[in-house]
Amino acid sequence: MSPMILNTEDSPPFILELIYRLRIRDVMTRTVISVPRGARMRDVQALMKENAITGIPVAEDGRLLGLVSVDDILNALIDGFIDDVVENRMTRNLIVLEDDMPLSFAISYFEKYRYGRFPILDRNKRLVGIISSRDILIKLLLEFNTEMENLEKQFKWSDGEVPAGSTRCEFAVRKFDFENAGKASFEIKKLCKERIGDPKVIRRIAVAAYELEMNLVVHSNGGKMFFSWADNKATIVVVDSGPGIPNVEDALREGFTTATEWVQSLGFGAGMGLPNTKRVTDEFSIESSPKGTKVTAAIRVNQDELLPHKEGE
Amino acid sequence: MKISQLETTLGFKTVQGTYDDREMSCGYTSDLLSDVMANAREDCVLITIQAHKNAVAVATMAGIAAILVCNSRPIPDDMIEAARSEGIAVFITEKSQFIAGGEIYQALSRT
Repeated sequence: MSPMILNTEDSPPFILELIYRLRIRDVMTRTVISVPRGARMRDVQALMKENAITGIPVAEDGRLLGLVSVDDILNALIDGFIDDVVENRMTRNLIVLEDDMPLSFAISYFEKYRYGRFPILDRNKRLVGIISSRDILIKLLLEFNTEMENLEKQFKWSDGEVPAGSTRCEFAVRKFDFENAGKASFEIKKLCKERIGDPKVIRRIAVAAYELEMNLVVHSNGGKMFFSWADNKATIVVVDSGPGIPNVEDALREGFTTATEWVQSLGFGAGMGLPNTKRVTDEFSIESSPKGTKVTAAIRVNQDELLPHKEGE
Repeated sequence: MKISQLETTLGFKTVQGTYDDREMSCGYTSDLLSDVMANAREDCVLITIQAHKNAVAVATMAGIAAILVCNSRPIPDDMIEAARSEGIAVFITEKSQFIAGGEIYQALSRT
């Protein structure tokens, strides 16, 4: 059985996002217990027992030479070479990972090779860590905890700044909820269809709504989306609870993106969201701090673009 | 050229057949959904390998009539379900976006 209970393809979306975002160096154990090549197999066995671990790298001056696993120790006990030096008995053909690879690499290696651990090298080929499925599960639990704390902090805004109108509605949008992404925009489009006759105008509003909604899903910790209709103007306001846009100017430049590989593989995060929104709207403003981002986008509708029976509303 | 001719004329396989069989305006080939949002025309067929629910959401927002999934990418049930409730036709082919797009282009120029 594989020691890894996750995989890089059909795990739930939140886990997928995490394992593509986190690097191996964020997850690995950094204090590596290792032995020099002159150590005895018996010493390694004692170290394993003492530290409750099942594999110990053989290394000198940061250079990885081999690895002794619990299997090697068992064989040594059975065949009577427990007092040999590790240099003669260690596993030499090692599969290693690099510390700046995404965590997803480690998970696919666990699936593929079925080892209990992999030594981690940095770009200079120095041994800097070791990773086991236990490290991965602990890190994921910690990340989930952080996420829970963020969720608790969420939804504490007043919506007093949102313009009043004859029609107002609001929608909550959750981080990485690709399952429900687009539902708010769909409702907004429906509301517009009841008032506006020109499909081109409806489409502009739908595009702005969808891009802003996807931004909440892809980039924010979650947020809310407000729609209002007043004085022949459709206004969309999105407010999130962070983490903020470090450089708004960059975010408005076509092609600039901070989306992860996984998000991009779904066809999002091409760096077109905000520029697209700006292009299709008549009014556009953005305020951002680490506490949250607020985007206001509005589209004015001419009298002759309205549905006849809704005029004057 | 009507949407249904993607199957009857060009041989792409219908996966979701509940739709209003109207004239297609043109085709748009892209896997970047934001690009699709920005540039695809109303009533066009989207030629893509993005086989998931979000592609349907984009098609709904942009008024796209049909989605052609290329390279025989597996289409999840929830995508078909979403397309059915939105009345967006879904087709599949083993051909690449380049070849499928070329065939659709030719067929549209003939009509």
